[in-house]
Amino acid sequence: MKTREIAVLLNEPACAHNQKEKSGCARPKPGATAGGCSFDGAQIALLPIADVAHIVHGPIACAGSSWDNRGTRTTGPALYRIGMTTDLTQQDIIMGRGEKRLFHAIKQAIDDYAPAAVFVYATCVTALIGDDLAAVCKAAAERWGVPVVPVDCAGFYGTKNLGNRIAGEAMLAHVIGTREPDPVAEPAQRPGIKVHDVTLIGEYNIAGEFWRVAPLFDELGLRIIAALSGDARYREVQTMHRAQASMVVCAKALLNVARKVQEGWGVPFFEGSFYGVADTSQAFRDFARLLNDPDLAARTEAMIAREEAKIDVELEPWRARLKGKRVLLYTGGVKSWSVVSALQDLGMEVVATGTKKSTEEDKARIRELMGEDAKMIDDGSAAALLATYKEYSADILIAGGRNLYTALKARIPFLDINQEREFGYAGYTGMTELARQLALSIENPVWRAVRKPAPWAKTKAAGTWLSAPEENRLACSSRLARDDCLEARRVERQVPAAAAS
Amino acid sequence: MAEIIKRTKPLAVNPLKASQPVGAALACLGLKNAIPMLHGSQGCTAFGKVFFVRHFREPIPLQTTAMDQVSTVMSSDANVIDGLRTICEKNRPEIIGLATTGLSETQGTDIRRLVREFRAQCPQFDAIAVVPVNTPDYAGCLESGFALALEAVIDVLVPETRHAGRRRKQVNVLASSMLTPGDIEAIKDWIEGFGLRPVVLPDIGDSLDGHLVDAEFTPLTLGGTPRGEIEKMGESVATLVIGRSLNRAADLLKARTGVPDVRFDHLMGLDACDAFTQALAELSGQAVPDKVERSRSQLQDAMVDTHFMLGFARIALGLDPDLLLGFSALLGGLGAEIVAAVASARAESLADLPCAEVRIGDLEDLERAARDAGAQLLVANSHAVQSAQRLEIPLLRAGFPQYDCVGGYARAWVGYRAARQALFDIANLFLGQHHDIPAYRSVYRSEPERAPARPGVVRH
Repeated sequence: MKTREIAVLLNEPACAHNQKEKSGCARPKPGATAGGCSFDGAQIALLPIADVAHIVHGPIACAGSSWDNRGTRTTGPALYRIGMTTDLTQQDIIMGRGEKRLFHAIKQAIDDYAPAAVFVYATCVTALIGDDLAAVCKAAAERWGVPVVPVDCAGFYGTKNLGNRIAGEAMLAHVIGTREPDPVAEPAQRPGIKVHDVTLIGEYNIAGEFWRVAPLFDELGLRIIAALSGDARYREVQTMHRAQASMVVCAKALLNVARKVQEGWGVPFFEGSFYGVADTSQAFRDFARLLNDPDLAARTEAMIAREEAKIDVELEPWRARLKGKRVLLYTGGVKSWSVVSALQDLGMEVVATGTKKSTEEDKARIRELMGEDAKMIDDGSAAALLATYKEYSADILIAGGRNLYTALKARIPFLDINQEREFGYAGYTGMTELARQLALSIENPVWRAVRKPAPWAKTKAAGTWLSAPEENRLACSSRLARDDCLEARRVERQVPAAAAS
Repeated sequence: MAEIIKRTKPLAVNPLKASQPVGAALACLGLKNAIPMLHGSQGCTAFGKVFFVRHFREPIPLQTTAMDQVSTVMSSDANVIDGLRTICEKNRPEIIGLATTGLSETQGTDIRRLVREFRAQCPQFDAIAVVPVNTPDYAGCLESGFALALEAVIDVLVPETRHAGRRRKQVNVLASSMLTPGDIEAIKDWIEGFGLRPVVLPDIGDSLDGHLVDAEFTPLTLGGTPRGEIEKMGESVATLVIGRSLNRAADLLKARTGVPDVRFDHLMGLDACDAFTQALAELSGQAVPDKVERSRSQLQDAMVDTHFMLGFARIALGLDPDLLLGFSALLGGLGAEIVAAVASARAESLADLPCAEVRIGDLEDLERAARDAGAQLLVANSHAVQSAQRLEIPLLRAGFPQYDCVGGYARAWVGYRAARQALFDIANLFLGQHHDIPAYRSVYRSEPERAPARPGVVRH
């Protein structure tokens, strides 16, 4: 891919970030960089298409440490879980045999696994040696009569986000618009319910969480003709252009797809989220609005009223337990506020939220929800997060999996909100799961146990803050820690517990 | 003697292999106050990090030179020097492991020259050791990358000396990537039982064993072999080398220091344990401790108890070469048969496997070979779960990565006690799929009875 083409991809007019300077696209700093590459991003976006053979063209590193490590779930075929790579050797690279190996590899995948299509992902090495992915894919598709889609996503092109966009572009160029949707099956028709075709963009069915919401789509007569790409099939993605409305779920990265499908085929879209009661309801309202069907709107309102009443009752006991608990939230973009409202709905107090990937619009929403003085964190380093946690006496850190072990090593409760998580929090019923997981972690007796100094320890409590000055070492501000620190002090001074209280 | 069958398929399906840079990073994670940096695009590091985080359930320090399109095409030399400087300034490590990747190797980087340039440009960081190593991912596997990194550590940190035996109680241990943190702990206890003091290189038993420390946060390793100890390895009485993959590293250490070495392919099963114990007794001049004798006799008892389940058991192994040798010895020692063996990459040791053939391949090859041979047990990493399910046989998890279970990294395989526990666990896997003789009901029995749900098969 040429530099010019990458620059075009980085310019997404539908993205609110686009109005700002492109400072976010500064070069990554060697020796101080975290996060994945474009190849990673492209795989995140496309791997959930379950009946496709996903071939990674390169030496082993790219597929070897990453295959079958995503939490996305399928209702049917699971071909996406089979790791496939050309696993290039030194000789392949020196002798320029990469293209030939790829050509035969595509044949092997087709012969052995009969995929609906083959997606071929470029990696750094194959991009550098100049393998012509597009030509090989074209030749293979013609030879064996199976669609073969090149995804030019070498890691060094840039970030994960760019990889998402590249993946979207590949779908636009080769897949979307190549087939018409099937008519609605007769047994699925219900009298009085008009079926509307919709698509979801950027929904990956992590941990199967979309299944919490899917029945409501069915109830309202919203037929999801395709998702990009949770629990999707190749033939579904081909029909995305025929939707009457689409929703970009919780992500800016695939806005290019939504925008171009709108430009090319007139499919309107909106951005939304399924996290939290308010957002879930809003998403259904937005569909009804875009589809402009009064009957649907009425049924949607009835469904929302029913579901909200039901979940309100279910959440009541959890609210009693979680009320007043303080949360430090560190997550990107849309989630920086959509999760805030979900947590506030549980009676929790969000003391600070991460805004590194948030737009001005996101920040305005945050202020609206958390007040003008809302603490916004840009520095997501482990040290900064721990310091903020301490400063605001938080009870739990909610962040991406990358920070999981940072939190656990610091002996603080943690909830994983990103990609790799094992629990689904989407939709109305997802809120109960979220509440349960929060209580499970915050109330857990292990925190007391791991902060308790050994009976024979004379000097200090384990897990004291590194940054705290020596004399304040035990002045932990976290309320969870405070009791234990007091206990530690008693031990230190050899004061019996009864006397101290 | 096994025949080595080379890869013939153009496409690797369900890879068994993890890459050399990942192995090099692991070796560096066993050094104290260290941080590895991979010279490649940021994905090389991000994937490697997730790989280890999921396996060890620990924060993993791992940095990247973050090659982008411009530096990939023009030159990435500045990335290496900037990256080293940034780590030195921000994190103040004692050791930086600098491993190349497929990307930087294809570009043609000269990693040693870049370290020299860094030294010239930043003399203020002379106290921080930098260990460069060439580990392209288009050759070898995790095990060979680990071994190359270890060789590089010795090359950079162990001075040329002739003081072997100055520290009369000190023995070096070179530990292959097949050893878990639990294994390293067991080996240290074993050696200390003879009044000797082990210096294990690298010591992932100290850094990746999973322990809470007082410090809330460190960007570096949480333990590992201290640099000062590595520099004094030349004063030990002997070096114990565990794993055939470390032969070259062992040769270098011996040439550097003149410390005599004793080499072991692995420490799995009675024979290997006996050889190691005997070596320790000779080195220390001490009698074998009663505790060790007791453990040995317990292992023998377990062997007798479990040979009913493991004798003639049909085993399929998919592992890195060192572990293949280890498991085939452990299981072969009970009369089990290795009916299918797949290695992630080529190694000279493969020829010594006690089976007819060993294939260089992936988990698809392993699954097919296991099915053809009627294997009853699969030994491989967590990725083989789906294969085991399709084959309807149990999986014993070993090697990297193990992400679908807790504590795989803490499990020990080496030594008498661990071997005994391993035999119990493996035998229990077989008891779980025991097949009885199909019931035969005589035509002359007149009383009508309800047939059992699944005649002939007893599932415990």
